[in-house]
Amino acid sequence: MSTDPTGFDPDRAYRRSPRVALRPEPFGALAYDFGTRRLSFLKTPTLVTVVRTLEEQPTVHAALDAAAVPAAERPAYLTALAGLADAGTIEPRESL
Amino acid sequence: MKLVEHFKHGLTAPICLTWELTYACNLACVHCLSSSGRRDPRELSTVECRALIDEFQRMQVFYVNIGGGEPTVRADFWELLDYAVDHQVGVKFSTNGIRLTPPRARRLAATDYVDVQISLDGATAEVNDAVRGPGSYDTAVRAMGNLADAGFADFKLSVVMTRQNVGQLDAFAAIAQRYGAQLRITRLRPSGRGAEVWDELHPTAAQQLQLYDWLVARGEKVLTGDSFFHLNALGSAPLPGLNLCGAGRVVCLVDPVGDVYACPFAIHREFLAGNVRDPGGFAGVWGTSELFERLRRPSDGGTCGSCSAYDSCQGGCMAAKFFTGLPLDGPDPECVKGHGERALAGVSAAPRSDVDHSRRRTAVPLSIGFGVPAPAPADRACDISPLAGFQPTP
Repeated sequence: MSTDPTGFDPDRAYRRSPRVALRPEPFGALAYDFGTRRLSFLKTPTLVTVVRTLEEQPTVHAALDAAAVPAAERPAYLTALAGLADAGTIEPRESL
Repeated sequence: MKLVEHFKHGLTAPICLTWELTYACNLACVHCLSSSGRRDPRELSTVECRALIDEFQRMQVFYVNIGGGEPTVRADFWELLDYAVDHQVGVKFSTNGIRLTPPRARRLAATDYVDVQISLDGATAEVNDAVRGPGSYDTAVRAMGNLADAGFADFKLSVVMTRQNVGQLDAFAAIAQRYGAQLRITRLRPSGRGAEVWDELHPTAAQQLQLYDWLVARGEKVLTGDSFFHLNALGSAPLPGLNLCGAGRVVCLVDPVGDVYACPFAIHREFLAGNVRDPGGFAGVWGTSELFERLRRPSDGGTCGSCSAYDSCQGGCMAAKFFTGLPLDGPDPECVKGHGERALAGVSAAPRSDVDHSRRRTAVPLSIGFGVPAPAPADRACDISPLAGFQPTP
């Protein structure tokens, strides 16, 4: 079930796009897309952890659980991840 | 802490790194901010350039802005370009177009991770060539045609805004559209030979307003290298971008001999942080230079701190103040409140850089109104706003 008009579906499996590199920074990480030459920012270390571990988790929700994102912050994280999916920083993958 | 505050404290590596490959140039632009012309015998060798690219890769400097001089006159330019791309260091290079032949344009169009920026400072040959030299308009237009014919989409058409070309903004946008390019406009700095012509070339106060209004109305797709933040106090709509001086924090310059300066507009020993040939390499300079540490410390805005506009303009451009002889903790020479102009009235002498590779002035007095002839190309800077694609995350 899609929860986002752009097609982001947190019940699906995602991964960091192979075109995107992350550079750790004090605030979180800088994300650079070698395909679009766009720079974006992951503004919390936890969001960086989520993006890095998406690939190991069956769904986005599972990745948020694994990173111990508090329930109250979950909507904000989902919004951020939807934005990252829209920008191509993360992308759906076939679940295992 | 807000993201912008993190930027003020500096990042683990630059976001916007300009690397000038050579001081050699076929042109002799009157406002060249690096006073280019002649090659310097101490310039980094091919092997040293490759080692520096390796270091950029290790530091995850994802892309560099390559300039000069005219970078493409270096015999190893294309080889270094390929080397960078193969090592996950994307390149955007600035050129006057001299070497962008049709076959070269086709090769560039087929290469990912490479962007090209053509410099043009007049929408007509008359205005452009007065600044950049005879024939330079035709060279740039030919290069843009070659890129467009090769299918290179969205290359950059880069313009330094002057008193003579502010009125041509719409014409520049039309040229960019004709060639499928993206327009980029940047601020004229009194750096390098730009110091000699700044008085005649820098936009008037009325033109600053015109420029600001144009950017607000039409500037959505126009890149600015974040260089007009000193104009933000002109209206309620802040121009897109970071709106802070990134020098030594997220920005720096590596010059052809490996010297690392705080920003591309600050080639002067006052802003020299070190050299990539030092034992710690570029990473050592970036991480531990005393100058950069100083720039990353919080500032109270100096005499500008109490001004109502300070939040919008942040005191303006460090290099513009320095090379017009103004104190760094005071107003920008183009302060929209007029404080800069008043301060300039009291300046008797401005510091000059001892780094000058201008060709000796034997020829080319251009048939123009602004007195000073002289040698090389200019421009480059941050062109990707560090906030491009910014997502307001938790």
